[in-house]
Parts: sequence; structure tokens; C-alpha cells
Amino acid sequence: MEILQSYLSLGAKSMFVENILLAYFLGMCSFLAVSKKVETAVGLGIAVIFVLTVTCPANWLVHQFLLNPETNLLGGMDLSWLSFITFIAVIAAMVQLVEMIIDRYSPALYNSLGIFLPLIAVNCAILGSSLFMVEREYALDESIVFGFSSGAGWALAIISMAAIRWRLRYSHIPAGLKGLGITMLMTGLMAMAFMTFAGIQL
Amino acid sequence: MSSPAVELPAKRAPLISFNKKHRTFVADPFSDNNPITVQVLGICSALAVTVQVKQAIVMTAAVIAVLCVSNVVISLLRNLIPPSIRIIVQLSVIASLVIVVDQVLQAFVYDIAKALSVFVGLIITNCIIMGRAEAFAMANKPWPSFLDGVGNGLGYGVILIVVSIFRELLGSGALLGFQVVPQAAYDAGYENMGLMVLAPGAFIILGLAIWAQRTWNGYAEEN
Repeated sequence: MEILQSYLSLGAKSMFVENILLAYFLGMCSFLAVSKKVETAVGLGIAVIFVLTVTCPANWLVHQFLLNPETNLLGGMDLSWLSFITFIAVIAAMVQLVEMIIDRYSPALYNSLGIFLPLIAVNCAILGSSLFMVEREYALDESIVFGFSSGAGWALAIISMAAIRWRLRYSHIPAGLKGLGITMLMTGLMAMAFMTFAGIQL
Repeated sequence: MSSPAVELPAKRAPLISFNKKHRTFVADPFSDNNPITVQVLGICSALAVTVQVKQAIVMTAAVIAVLCVSNVVISLLRNLIPPSIRIIVQLSVIASLVIVVDQVLQAFVYDIAKALSVFVGLIITNCIIMGRAEAFAMANKPWPSFLDGVGNGLGYGVILIVVSIFRELLGSGALLGFQVVPQAAYDAGYENMGLMVLAPGAFIILGLAIWAQRTWNGYAEEN
């Protein structure tokens, strides 16, 4: 019971309080590019949740058994400086794998996610989560929870932004502020709203 | 405008030159084609490392270094890279360079490297680097690619430094770590805007900076 509670607490924290997009600014590029329509935002959101839930534990294993000098299987060789390149390789490979699996088992989902999957390999939310996971020394089970809830937080942010932008189409916005500018200001307001979750403990 | 004479000299151009065309590679990204405000690349780090001016400067230097070298390397390899695996090749070039930069930062400016935390590593997925490699270096010779790297790096840095000046000044009353707002102002009731140090401040300042820049160069989006 206690362990479930700690998972819930970690999940809520990384989804709301420390939202990977609104508090750490990760994944902004695709957030801005793909938040014009709700359907595509939902598609990309699901893809990010999926990939994060897979890559976080995968990178945890790589870090634990290959890179970390204290726990690896190479007799304490310090390879931690290689973490960037191995993590990005694992992410690229995982994205490729996920793409192939989805293609095989759910062509409909593949068709709707198709163009976004390659984009995800260079979405900084994915690499950032893996780096945060190492920095904060999560355990394997925690890394799965962290990966999933970070992805869910990101999806939540992009879907709500897409909905707001959809409504905004009929508003009168100054020319220079259209598109990127107003999206930034609204993201700021959204980040403020999410900050009010700070201090809530489950 | 359509005369072939404009195209021809490029073939016989010396390896390193600095004619008008080359100047535009450096000058364009400052205003008309700014990587952050117009191309919408590299926003993540522009927001994250702008709490202090010092961090922004170090980050700019790191990005310029990675961007120039990666552009040159990818430009040299452009005819050898098979199109189907080009993203992996680009990523591994960039990741290797970022490792070098990270090690250098940790060796010489350890405090700032610690403050930048994961964002040095995230230069790998900084869209400016991938974007310029894909859009420019894959199709151009090394020297123009180098200049393109310098220009885009500087254009990125300008926005970063402007945003960080506002955030540090309004958020902690200081610039480059020196207290600028006098104690008398605090005694008279002035307070630092705590919001500027936090995430929402970054979004709002960058939003306003984009508005200012786009009004200045007349660029507007459809919707």
C-alpha cells in the first residue's frame, strides 16, 4: 500500500507540479509546432507517453549495467561520460522499434502517429527525462512511473494548448503576436496555473 | 535576377571568402531569419537557461561551438551519408561534439555547468543544431555551413541574452551577478518579481520578445 502511495505521489508530482513542459521547458519545439489541432495533439501526446514509458526504464538499465561505474558489469569502468550518446542511441532505436511494433499490430494507430514518431527521437522531453532520471537517482520501478507520468503531463499540456489555440482562431490578435507569440504568452499563463499545484502532497 | 552569372561564381569561389552572399549567412539569422523567433527552433533551452545572464552567455558559447563544428563536419560528410540513415549519422556527430563541450565546461566552469544541469546534454536535441544540419549543411559546402553556424548561433544567443537580461534584472535586481537595483529602492518598498525567476516569467518574456522582434521585421504568421 505504501509503495503504491509513493508511486501516486511521484506520478502526480511529475505530471502536475514538475510538468516536464511547463516547469522544465522540455519538448517545446514539437509543442509549438503540433498544437494547432486537437486531433494531432492527441496523437502526438499518446506517442510521447508511449515512448517515454519505454525509454525511461530502458535507459535506466543501460545506465545501471553499462555506464554507472559503481554498479556496471564492466568491473567499475567509468563510462558515465558516454551517457549522452548512448541515451540518444537507445532512444532512436526504441522509437524505431515502437514504430515497427505499432505498424505490425495497429496499422490504424500507425497511420495517425506515423509522421510524429521519427520526430519524437529528437524531442528533448524524451532525452531530458532520461537525464533527469539519472540525476535524481530513481530506481527501476520509479523510472517507469516517472516516464509514464512525465509523458502524461506533456500530453495534457499539448492537448489543452491545442484546444485553446482552436478557440483562439476567431480572436483579434496583433499581427506580430499571432502564432508563436500568443502561444508563448498563453503557455506562461498555463504554467502559472500548473504552479498552483505546488505543495500538494498525496 | 535570373541571369546565370549569379550562380556561376560559386563554383570557382575560393575555399574561404567573405563576399556579400557570405555576409548574409551571418547577418540573416539576426533579424529576418532568426532561429528562435522566426524559424521556431531551440525554444526549450532559450527558456530554461535564461534565469541569469552568465548562464545564457555560457550556453550561447556552447551552442555556437557545437553548431559550427557540426555544420562543418556534416557538410564534409554530406556526399557520403546515405539518406536513409542520415538522422542517426547527424545525431551521432552532434552527440559526440556535445560530450566534448560538456567535458570542457565541467573542467573549466564547473559551477555554471552544474547550474545548466541537463540542458548541456539537451544541446543534442536542440532543434537548431539538427535543423541547420538538415536544412543547410546537408546541401552546402563547409565554409558557408560554418558561417551559417556562426550566424544562427549568434541569432540564438541574442534572444537568449535579451531574455536573460530582463529575467535577471526584474527577478533578482542584478546583472551578471552584480546588484543593479540599489538598496534604497528596496527600502522604499520595491520588490523583486519572483515570477521572473520561475517558468511562467520565461514564457511571458520570450512571448513579448517575439512580439517585439516580429513587429520590427514585419514577419507575421497566418494564424
